[in-house]
Formats: sequence, C-alpha cells, structure tokens
Amino acid sequence: MDKHYRLDLSVGIFMILGFLALLVMVFKVSGVQALTHVGSYEVTANFSDIGGLKVRAPVTIAGVKVGEVTSIDLQPGQLNAKVKMQLRSDQKIPFDDASARILTEGLLGSNYVSLVPGFESVPNHPFLRSGDVIERTQEAVILENIIGQLLFSAKQST
Amino acid sequence: MLDRIAQTGAFGRTSVQRLGQAGVFLCRLLLRIPNFKKIGPSVWHQLYSVGVLSGIVIVVSGLFIGMVVGLQGHHTLQKFGASSQLGQLLALSIARELGPVVSALLFAGRAGSALTAEIGLMKATEQLASMDMMGVDPLARIVYPRFLAGLIALPVLSLIFSAVAVYGGYLVGVERLGVDAGSFWSNMQAAVNFRLDVLSGIIKSMVFAFLVSWVAVYQGFTSTPTAAGISQATTRSVVHASLLILGFDFLLTALMIGGW
Repeated sequence: MDKHYRLDLSVGIFMILGFLALLVMVFKVSGVQALTHVGSYEVTANFSDIGGLKVRAPVTIAGVKVGEVTSIDLQPGQLNAKVKMQLRSDQKIPFDDASARILTEGLLGSNYVSLVPGFESVPNHPFLRSGDVIERTQEAVILENIIGQLLFSAKQST
Repeated sequence: MLDRIAQTGAFGRTSVQRLGQAGVFLCRLLLRIPNFKKIGPSVWHQLYSVGVLSGIVIVVSGLFIGMVVGLQGHHTLQKFGASSQLGQLLALSIARELGPVVSALLFAGRAGSALTAEIGLMKATEQLASMDMMGVDPLARIVYPRFLAGLIALPVLSLIFSAVAVYGGYLVGVERLGVDAGSFWSNMQAAVNFRLDVLSGIIKSMVFAFLVSWVAVYQGFTSTPTAAGISQATTRSVVHASLLILGFDFLLTALMIGGW
C-alpha cells in the first residue's frame, strides 16, 4: 500500500510538472497577449511601398502597441500593397483623417506601422471599425533611396 | 556478383516484410477498444517507470542544453552587438527544435530501450506465450499500456525539457553574462508565437512519442527469444527510433515552415 501511494504521488507530481511547464511555455516564453481577450477588429491600408514590413509586425499609436499586421498582399490593379491589421477594440481610434505610416525601429531595425488618429468629426462614423480602409498612408522610407538622392544632389552641387 | 544481387534482394524483401509486419502490429494494437478499468493501473505504473524515472535525465540535460545554447548564442550575437536578442534565439531554437528532438532521443535511449528489453525478456521466458495460453491477450495487457504510457509521457517530458532549458539559458545569459533580464524576456515574448512555435513543438513531440513507442514495443514483441536476440532488438529499437525521429523532424519542420 505504501509503495502504491508513493508511485501515485510521483506520477501525479510528474503530470503537474508537465502542466506547469506548459504554463511557462504559454505565459513566460510566448507571452500570449491580451489581444485575443479584449476582442479585435480588422482594418486595411494601402501602401505604395512597404519596405521590409512583415506579417506580425506591431501596429502602434504614439509608440504603444495596439495590434499587429495580419496579412500583406499585392493588389492586382494598382500594384500596391494591401496591408491588413488587427487592432484591439478597447481603444477607439478617431476615423476621419486617420493616417498610417510605416516606420523603422532605429536605423537598421524592423519595420512597423504607426497609426496617427484623426478627428471625431463625422457624426455617424466617428471611430475606426471593422472593414475600414485607412485612406491616408505614407510608404516606408528606404535607406538606399535616401542615400541615392543624397549622392545625386551632392554630385549636382559640385 | 550474382550472390551480391541476391543478397541485396533478400535484404530488401526482409526490410519490406518487417515494415509490413510492423504496420500490421500497429493496426492490431490500435484497432481495439481498450478496457481502461483493467489496464488503468498498468498504464499508471508504466507512466511511472517510463515518465517519472526519465524525469531526472530530461531535467538535467535540458538545463545543460539551455546553458550551452545561451553561451553559444551570446558568443555569436555579441559579435553583432545583438546580445539582447539572446532570449529570442534561445526560446525559438528550444521550443521549435531542440526541446522535442533532444527529449525524444533521450527518451528513445532511456525508456524505449527499457520497453524493448522488458517485452523481449518476457517473450524469451515465455511469459507472453503462457498468457496467450490462459486466454489473456498479451497485446492488450502488456503491450498496450506501455505504448499508451510512452504516448503520454514524451510530450510531457518534452514540455518540461523546454521550460527547464529556457531557464538554463536565462541562468547563463542573464545571471552570468549580464544580458538585461527585461530585454531577455520581452524580446522572447515578442518573437515567440504560441500557435506557430510552442504548439508546433508539442505536435512534433506527439509524433515522436508515437514513433518511439511503436518501434520500442514492436521490436520487443518480435525479438528473437534469446539473449543475443534481445540485445539485438534493443539496439535496433534505439537506432531505428533515433533515425525515425530525425527523419520525421525534417519532414515536420518543412511542413510547419511551409505553413501547413
């Protein structure tokens, strides 16, 4: 009886340790975000050039993460990039004149989307909601283009 | 020359026949409605000898693997001035690759070989035959609980391995080499996606558990009932299981990176 008790106990501890390890992997390692808990909605923005933007890149307002990029597609007609973003729905973003920019973290860091909220002037559509398209966008700044322009203007001035 | 060709042919035929035998064995094992009331205590007991007793080796090697990856990663990342990305490197390589694969290899060596030897010895001492004679199906009473215990134990062990390895890397990277703890965890959490990275690692370890348990019980059950036969079966069990793990790891990784 005593032997059985110890066997059961050790297997129980083993299973609990496994469950704890799963919890560690979920919360400590992958840091499952609150994004799924508060609910989210999807908006799109069309950029003429997204630079190195990737799926799962963060979407920020004033530097604070409010969502992430879920898909990037090349649109057949205009040949520009259609970027879908998932935003958490507890933060309301004024819709009118809202704009999206693609910025870079530091000089050589990865790209992210920065939203600039607009004004709450349209009475029946004050905030961004699911399916909206952000009209005003600014494409990614490509370092090579800037260097090219710089060299070009330097050549002209001499 | 002709002998060589004949040998090759015979080898190929035996291999295919063994493979078919293993498949039939698996079907006979799986196509049954288990009587959990009868095999429950047995599964529990096997879970102890297969899972709990493998715990120490898994924890210790997880700790050392994490520490080594932390050390190597820091050494390389430092050259690019990116040692703050250590957490990301560590967690991704452990959760996606090292955790499932290394724990499966250890499991094949520690538990798979023991299963094969145990069942093989039961066969050699004619315990299985006498069970059969008494109308007790040895597949149901001996093999099935061991198979099931292996299936449950390895994913649990591989989760423990991954968690311990991450903390091993933390120990070396943060405590010893001075990476900032905040950037270690936040970079890790930003980079690791639960569904893509952690869950795919768990799926991998489930597949490996299936393969290792299958190979182990099959080799034991079909071993030649002599001392040499059991030793051969045990060797084959570890070798085949390890090769299958590495081969399937490549296939699964290709599948997962391709986005299913």
